[in-house]
Amino acid sequence: MDSAFIIEKSVVIVAVFALTMFMAMYSTWAERKVAAFLQDRVGPNRAGWGGLLQPLADGAKLFTKEEFFPNTPNRFLFILGPAIAMSTALITSAVIPWGDKIHVFGRDVVLQATDIDVSILYVFGVLSIGVYGIMIGAWASNNKYSLMSAVRASSQMISYEVAMGLAIISILMMSGSLSLKDITEMQTTGGWNVLYQPLAFIIFLICSFAETNRTPFDLAECESELIGGYHTEYSSMKMGFYLFAEYANMFISATIISVIFFGGYHFPFMAECKEAIGMNLTALIGFLALFAKICFFIFFYMWVRWTIPRFRYDQLMHLGWKILIPLAVINIIVTGIVMVLFN
Amino acid sequence: MLEIVFYILSAITLGTAFLTVISKNAIHSAIYLVICFFSLAGHYLMFNAQFLAIVHIIVYAGAIMVLLLFTLMLMNLDKEDETSKPLLAKFSAVFSAGILGLVLIAALRKAQPENIEYVNSGVDYQSIKVLGKVLLNEYQVPFEFASILLLVSMIGAVLISKKEEKI
Repeated sequence: MDSAFIIEKSVVIVAVFALTMFMAMYSTWAERKVAAFLQDRVGPNRAGWGGLLQPLADGAKLFTKEEFFPNTPNRFLFILGPAIAMSTALITSAVIPWGDKIHVFGRDVVLQATDIDVSILYVFGVLSIGVYGIMIGAWASNNKYSLMSAVRASSQMISYEVAMGLAIISILMMSGSLSLKDITEMQTTGGWNVLYQPLAFIIFLICSFAETNRTPFDLAECESELIGGYHTEYSSMKMGFYLFAEYANMFISATIISVIFFGGYHFPFMAECKEAIGMNLTALIGFLALFAKICFFIFFYMWVRWTIPRFRYDQLMHLGWKILIPLAVINIIVTGIVMVLFN
Repeated sequence: MLEIVFYILSAITLGTAFLTVISKNAIHSAIYLVICFFSLAGHYLMFNAQFLAIVHIIVYAGAIMVLLLFTLMLMNLDKEDETSKPLLAKFSAVFSAGILGLVLIAALRKAQPENIEYVNSGVDYQSIKVLGKVLLNEYQVPFEFASILLLVSMIGAVLISKKEEKI
């Protein structure tokens, strides 16, 4: 473990952290712009050109707001809630391969914080503990609407995690590895996974809406029934953390979808490109390709949010348990049969 | 270095496990238990068992404890409702748990793992590939029994939830 290795990894980690924060920040701006576009309005346009300084203004406002504590015996857990939500939103990005190898200062640098054997399971693990932020914070708020929201959020996340995990299994059967790097590498030679597994992709996409608490599955913060949902009692930057964590989660899940189903940093004619212009430039183009895919999926999340109305709670559970899970199981069986017949 | 990490982890495990038992508030208990599960995952990582550690987090911390917290929140446990158990019941509970622990230690101490040849041949027996092979070759019968056990309990749960209707 030499010092150059530590410096290299530190630079990658800080860059990934900065990128996640930047994207989460500008997703809030993009959300309002997309909403305005879909509803034939202008959207934020006062702070900076096209409202580009709006996220900074929001941040300054949230930081200077009054810190309000509800009458709760659990002040520590009340603070812990948003902290967990924010940390779990940020640590998922550690295993995502952001690009191919680059060659700088005489070293091969891999654009990935760490490549562990079980990186997909790591993502699922972090996802499954993310709900604690909502549950603990909402319970400590001492408010029955928050509590209802926490109960909804946890049951929804647990239900959709099952379908999500089953959808991924068919991909794992094809790749034979749990590492996101290996899954990306497999797609550079064999074509993107979405071509082979369209059903798994659709199930995964629907589940990711539920996991990130986005419309049409944002039952946990359903204003007409639950005031503000789990962050009703929160104010100032603690509420900001909850909102920010939601956008960071959206960015991460868009990244996971791009990596698993759309080839990650792969783009057409990558091998030819590598011969023509060298490794570093190809890795850069690969990163930009991944980034473009991520931006498209973030836009897709927003597009759906401003198009489809919210589900009813029983419809949500019905869709998760009685439609998506059986479909995912059928997909696994069909994948297995096809793999046995054609290999 | 590893020894220090082990002692810190063990202190967290034992401390939070103790706090789980003695804390008055059921939700606090559950949260301590979650921390306890995380430190157990840390112990698995120290054995270099990445797969086991992550699955432990997903299943125990991520699913079982979330469901437990969910139920605790719905039940709305107040201090007034809490009935104090008689001393004899407390004593017998501790005694039977201790006996179970004794039996488990006695059984596991003499246990011979079937994957000893993987260890001897120097294969990375913690990797998922080898783990899958061991589970489906050497340990196939217990593996299938475990799945039947889970299936039976699932059917039982469905049956209980349906008891209002005529089946």
